[in-house]
Amino acid sequence: MSYRSYYPRLRFPPKQALRYLGYRSAEPEREVLAELERVRAEVERAMTPAVCYVRVPVAEEGEELVLSLVRTKSEGLKRNLSGCGEAVLFAATIGMGADRVLSRYARVDPLREAMALAIGAAYAEELCDEFCRDLAKECAPLYPRPRFSPGYGDFPLSAQRQFFALLSPEREIGITLNDSLLMSPTKSVTAVVGLSKTPCRPNARCADCERTDCVYRASEED
Amino acid sequence: MDILQAIGRGFFFLDGGMGTLLQERGLCAGELPERWNLAHADEIVRIHSEYLAAGADAITTNTFGANALKYSDEELKAVIDGALSCARKATDQAGRGYILFDIGPSGKLLRPYGDLDFEDAVELFAKTVRLIGDRADAILIETMNDSYETKAAVLAAKENSSLPVFVTNVYGADGKLMTGADIPAMVALLEGLGVDALGMNCSLGSAQMARLLPQMYEESSVPVIVQPNAGLPREENDKTVYDEDEAFFAENLLSCAKDGARMLGGCCGTTPAYIRRAADTIKGTEPLPVVERATSVASSYTHAVGLGNVPVLIGERINPTGKKLLKQALRDNDVGYILNEALAQEKAGAHILDVNVGLPELDEAETLVRVMCALQEVTALPLQLDSSSPEALARAMRRYNGKPMVNSVNGKKSSMQEIFPLVKKYGGLVVALTLDETGIPATAEGRLKIARKILRAAERYGIKRKDIVFDPLAMAVSADPSAPRATLGALSLLREKLGANTVLGVSNVSFGLPNRELITSAFFALALGRGLSAAIMNPFSAEMIRTYRSFLALTGADENCSEYISFAAGLAPAASVTAAPAKAESVPSEGLRGAIVRGLKDQAAACAKELLRSAGALEIIDREIVPALDEVGKGFEEKRVFLPQLLMSAEAAKAAFAEIRGALSGAGEEQPRKCAVVLATVEGDIHDIGKNIVKALLENYSFRVIDLGRDVPPEKIVQAAEESGAPVVGLSALMTTTVPAMERTIALLRERLPACKVIVGGAVLTEDYAKKIGADAYGKDAMASVRYCEEIDRLSKRG
Repeated sequence: MSYRSYYPRLRFPPKQALRYLGYRSAEPEREVLAELERVRAEVERAMTPAVCYVRVPVAEEGEELVLSLVRTKSEGLKRNLSGCGEAVLFAATIGMGADRVLSRYARVDPLREAMALAIGAAYAEELCDEFCRDLAKECAPLYPRPRFSPGYGDFPLSAQRQFFALLSPEREIGITLNDSLLMSPTKSVTAVVGLSKTPCRPNARCADCERTDCVYRASEED
Repeated sequence: MDILQAIGRGFFFLDGGMGTLLQERGLCAGELPERWNLAHADEIVRIHSEYLAAGADAITTNTFGANALKYSDEELKAVIDGALSCARKATDQAGRGYILFDIGPSGKLLRPYGDLDFEDAVELFAKTVRLIGDRADAILIETMNDSYETKAAVLAAKENSSLPVFVTNVYGADGKLMTGADIPAMVALLEGLGVDALGMNCSLGSAQMARLLPQMYEESSVPVIVQPNAGLPREENDKTVYDEDEAFFAENLLSCAKDGARMLGGCCGTTPAYIRRAADTIKGTEPLPVVERATSVASSYTHAVGLGNVPVLIGERINPTGKKLLKQALRDNDVGYILNEALAQEKAGAHILDVNVGLPELDEAETLVRVMCALQEVTALPLQLDSSSPEALARAMRRYNGKPMVNSVNGKKSSMQEIFPLVKKYGGLVVALTLDETGIPATAEGRLKIARKILRAAERYGIKRKDIVFDPLAMAVSADPSAPRATLGALSLLREKLGANTVLGVSNVSFGLPNRELITSAFFALALGRGLSAAIMNPFSAEMIRTYRSFLALTGADENCSEYISFAAGLAPAASVTAAPAKAESVPSEGLRGAIVRGLKDQAAACAKELLRSAGALEIIDREIVPALDEVGKGFEEKRVFLPQLLMSAEAAKAAFAEIRGALSGAGEEQPRKCAVVLATVEGDIHDIGKNIVKALLENYSFRVIDLGRDVPPEKIVQAAEESGAPVVGLSALMTTTVPAMERTIALLRERLPACKVIVGGAVLTEDYAKKIGADAYGKDAMASVRYCEEIDRLSKRG
């Protein structure tokens, strides 16, 4: 049985969106910012952010980490979950409406397509962050660990199938999985969040990653 | 008594959430529930029996996920046989109860957003439907959150079974499906397909559904179904509980019943106790009648457009007749041009878009389907499928996401025999031309007579009056001065005598005359005055829009004239009636080059126009545009300019090129082009932003780009390279999982076109990886791809 939460009013993280468009410290041009705001408003009107999740015990069988139907030998996830007795598995999406905005631009307007992609991704990140903040309240006195998704490090994308078997996000919030293991709506995320007795440092999600040259890497002050 | 008769008699109670009860009885996470039909048949029978005992008139088989994606053919048959025998056992034991065969969604999303093809979806559902036989009383297609998948399932049911078909969709609190359709759009689609009952289930609790119910009843001409969840689930002491109790649920179902729901039941969390309470509470209430709604509607995958109130504008621009550029675009398979025409018409105020792609040298059916699908990716306006080929109409109507307008049928026996069965099967608002074997009657009365004949024939096919909209045919006044009088007279008669909706291709009236807009718009005003419901017209014509806005204000359709006022305030002074609506742009001091560098689209166009007075096209390209593009490109390579700015400059350059091309074609010349480049995102990959950016830049650098889109099989890429003679192919892949498809494409290119160069790009690729899979070059960013193609162009010219 999975549970659902809706986030009709999501904060917009502009820095995140600009980073996806390639800006790091540089200040974007006025025209770019004005256009970005127009596209943002359009994406916001179209999106319907929602999350479905389950809480499961963390177990190990031999070399395998077992989170209900999700089984993996991923060392990265084991490290992430070390010391956690429970975890939450969730699927989050900003909804199909955002894909319709994207699709409209994809055929005829690469500028606004790129912007809508960046904005959608930023909203999806914010949705996950907001959900994890709620989780922190809901799960107190336990602390949520940084979320960990299929495709991170050695946690294979094929775990998506197990996520879907467990969470039924098709039915709960309308996320489907295609044959290449990609999700529709495209701005969707699945992840594991360990519940730990001790708090962990902020931004550990990026700090733990081995790819230090990634343009999307969060800086310590983010 | 047959199930439809039973529903006709009064309230009809359905069962509740099978899944909830199975979980209570030990169904594990990830276990396929339909296997219980064999392994725990007794439990399934018991659940059915409990619902029947609680007052349900029908039970739903445990077959929600019984499809060929989840089961082998053999097991599929076994679980379906098991489900039907469990249901039969329960109704036999109870001595009453109808059996609904349950069909849930496939769990996959259809193209273009997902990867399941529409026809594959139809076949998937058909496999399930063919196993039902006559062992159920009806098919219930439920929990559908996509209009397109719903259509596939209904077609499968109708084509493979004669059982009644009921459909429930999943609406959000905003009254829309996940993929965008609102209630009027779904009702239009489903009634067009001929379902026997429709409604909503799952996701929402009973209180939320009760709020949506009145609108659904107001729109529907068939019985309305409501099956809410017992609210939202939450965890309490390791148990799942729902936040609506039986009493609350029953009160809301009562309110649904009073507002027009006829078939009532529950979804997730609704145990037999909920159904019992609801049935007890509703008993004694009188159901509202099922009413035939008279509104004529066409719909898209988001909304419906109704005829009969405010006149509807149908954009006529996607029709090659007399349009050189569109003809060329169709021949070149340049869908982008057509899509831009569509978006521009939408912006200009069109409510529906006519789509005609008939050119003698093209396969019209194939082209119509392709263009229609592409249009439905970018615009949410309903489409009017316009073809004289019944085959093209049949194929397009089948795949259309919504209820289309269909143009057209006429009073000829052969036409009605070909078109009406399509309208009956797929649904559609069909334009009926008042002509027949004897031609076009000269009088209004003659056209009315044909209209009556068409209505009678439609009725024999089971097509409703409201789904016919008459076109009494506007003809050139220059050829026959009395022609407009007959047409206008027919408009009045059709409205008064038949209560019918009407449509006219108004532009025809001015054929052969100068300054056509003047005559057309005056005729348009006269026709509107006679009650014209819809006009097929040019939304870019300022005169036509002025007439339309004024008409709405004059007839009270524009409250406080507010729309008129904001429209009129934006108009240029009356002197320039024929001028393009574009505002006069200020010309930046740094000229065209500066406008492009800064990414100012309108200014770039204005500058180009200005320059064309004193300089040649090629000179402008060489002296202004190319240096500007190089400046921005260099900045991008040096990481001083970022992607959005690069693309804004590309847009500005494109606007300047449009001016230059216009001037060139006026002089009978063509813009010199570089070589052809084939671009595609490889099979399995649906991300095409990288490819789209490269395309925009290559076009600026005057390459002839053949864009094959996303998810393109290797054979198609090779074929396009072969036909176009492109010396270079650009491939994009974003996922590690689709890089093998890229490798396969390269191998096939090497085998068949060894001279053709391949450049690859995408987030997961690196220089080394590109070499490993056999590419000639790696495009680390969009500019790198342009530079490489320039090099190939130089080599190909030399060699």
